[in-house]
Amino acid sequence: MAFPIRHLIGILADNQRLRGSVMPLGTGRLTAWAKGLSLPRGGSRVIYTGHMYQMMPSLASMEAGLGLMADTPVTRLMGWGRFFNRFVNLSFFLTWPSGRQQAQYDLRLKKIAQSLRQAGIQFGYLYEKELYTGALVYDLGLDEVFKKHAQRVWAMFQKHGVRSVITVDPHTTEMLREVYPKVVPGFQLEVKSYLEVLAESGWTPPQALTEAVTLHDSCIYARTLQVSAQPRAVLAKGPLVDSPDHAGAATHCCGGPAESLYPHKAETVAAERINQLAARGCDTVAVLCPICLHNLEKAGRARGIRVKDFSEIIG
Amino acid sequence: MTRVNAELLKTVEASGEFNAVACMNCGTCTALCPLGLTNLPREIFRDVVLGLEEKVLANVETVFSCLLCRMCQVNCPAEVKIADNVRTLRVHLNKTLHHL
Repeated sequence: MAFPIRHLIGILADNQRLRGSVMPLGTGRLTAWAKGLSLPRGGSRVIYTGHMYQMMPSLASMEAGLGLMADTPVTRLMGWGRFFNRFVNLSFFLTWPSGRQQAQYDLRLKKIAQSLRQAGIQFGYLYEKELYTGALVYDLGLDEVFKKHAQRVWAMFQKHGVRSVITVDPHTTEMLREVYPKVVPGFQLEVKSYLEVLAESGWTPPQALTEAVTLHDSCIYARTLQVSAQPRAVLAKGPLVDSPDHAGAATHCCGGPAESLYPHKAETVAAERINQLAARGCDTVAVLCPICLHNLEKAGRARGIRVKDFSEIIG
Repeated sequence: MTRVNAELLKTVEASGEFNAVACMNCGTCTALCPLGLTNLPREIFRDVVLGLEEKVLANVETVFSCLLCRMCQVNCPAEVKIADNVRTLRVHLNKTLHHL
């Protein structure tokens, strides 16, 4: 039975339009990572999470459910699911994110913020005012929904006097640096990934890092945003960075972008990528994107490869 | 019998950037695709240019499974903006087929 992607895309579009995100989460969940950091509220330069790290445990839970449903008669009910989702946020009831996973993703964001602080970078945070960029609806070709949301995001930055943002993942960085200037009239914002900010500052991890890692480049960072030398510069005085054959602009996709609609295809691509990375002989792979992290982590388990976020390597 | 929709290319172009005419069918994209897609982009782009709408509609899964990783796009000798074209096709299919 074919997977009814029309209804699934429709649910994601409805969530974005009605609730401001493809995976609506409470503000407590979205801002939990910042507890104890005493980050200043707002400011002209802020760290902008774009909610990607916070959403991953819920998306993983949703994808696991969809993976079980993919070839069953239950898929016939997805049209009804979309109908009811307009009135009640079904993702609240149908996703069961693991508390352990949530804590791990929160810790990764915390480590990014701590590394920036160690590098002497001053920045604030918008806390509950921060919005998702709409990256997934843009990729799915839901342009009308995306453009309206992008206007709201720009209004948020303007309202809070933000002129410069430090992003934490490639998808958010691409949206703000490459896409928003084309679709939002007057959009003007300095957008830098934390990898770029750390590399420019000359910061390197203070503790001795001896564990060898293989770096998996993100497609968007390496091919669209030309961010591949920066993480290597940050690690220059640390562990051996053992790049795989398909590195930098020639990096091989992790399969993650297919995860929400075609989980089986995503698994196949991830398994191939893990094989490439494992062939370098390292037991640890460092990734620069929460989607790569989620997708390669699953594939890595089968090969005995540990997949870590870059923030965990340096922090 | 194959039906031709002479307006298909114009309709797709109305949804966004679509520069598939430059494709010279060299196969670099097919060779590099991590998903091993064989009919995207070359065949589907050609179907759009020729107005073969039924063939395009029969390949919805292929269009939506593309990873948009841009491995093909950055290596295309004809500088076809392949990933951007695929996204434009998604916009078109969402409007005409999914009614979104």
